[in-house]
Amino acid sequence: MAQRAGVVVFPGTNCEHDVVEAFARLGVPAELVWHGARSLSGFDVVVLPGGFAHGDYLRPGAIARFSPVMSAVADFAAAGGPVVGICNGFQVLTEARLLPGALQKNKGLTFVCQVTELEVASDRSALTAGVEVGRRLRVPINHFEGNFTAAPEVLRALEDEGRVVLRYLDNPNGSAHDIAGVCNGPGNVVGLMPHPERATSELLGLTDGLVLLGALLASAGAPPAMVPA
Amino acid sequence: MAIFEALVEVQLRPGISDPQGATIERALPALGFAGVSGVRAGKAFRLQVEAAGAAEARRVVEELCSRLLANPVIEDTAVSITASAP
Repeated sequence: MAQRAGVVVFPGTNCEHDVVEAFARLGVPAELVWHGARSLSGFDVVVLPGGFAHGDYLRPGAIARFSPVMSAVADFAAAGGPVVGICNGFQVLTEARLLPGALQKNKGLTFVCQVTELEVASDRSALTAGVEVGRRLRVPINHFEGNFTAAPEVLRALEDEGRVVLRYLDNPNGSAHDIAGVCNGPGNVVGLMPHPERATSELLGLTDGLVLLGALLASAGAPPAMVPA
Repeated sequence: MAIFEALVEVQLRPGISDPQGATIERALPALGFAGVSGVRAGKAFRLQVEAAGAAEARRVVEELCSRLLANPVIEDTAVSITASAP
């Protein structure tokens, strides 16, 4: 079980407090980490939350990738530490090449803000460890650039290696293979467009995000979900 | 050292869907433009680079392209370099 979570804040990040609140609900203290930080020592799970890091100028995540904290994120991930990028955080992780593919403008050029139904496609990631494959979850999305795109051979590898973590049942943005979330080879770096932290309260109508964040916190501090090939 | 002007054009790679270009193209008939097709949206950047020669300026700009201006997963770049007027 995780003891202490780090939530990275870039200029323009705006979902950090929701993540801290969701973790508190699950009994794990979380701390905000400014993007200028050069170390993530003391944390056993790191989240890159949603928002508009560096104004999303050039491309979402393109500038954030060069923030000092990203070297620490890369080191933390290389050491097997669980890293989850939510929405803009997912975009940052793809730009940083910690995850494959890219997130393009949505098909139809519409900003989508709605509850989506997801299916857990793999339990081989830090975010879905121990969650039954095929389980359906209702989690909101809120983005303009969530259209997951990758070369055909990359998509094939993601499928073959069980690295498609979550899929949309009703694809809202044109993502290849209905992909809502993917992970790296070892499974400790995960990116997803839906916002599990916004589905953590009965009062707000959705609680399925607790399944994912709970799995993440439970797997953190334990050995990586997948043994590197 | 001389100053070179660089023009960088960033375009989505062939085969990558371009929702922006497609939307623009769909709007054209309503504006009375028949027979216009193949619309692809992209970005352009103008830079000034101090370098010993055009080849060095190109090398610097191409590295800048691959590290920042374009995402090679989905985008291609075309660089043109011209010597700046003295």
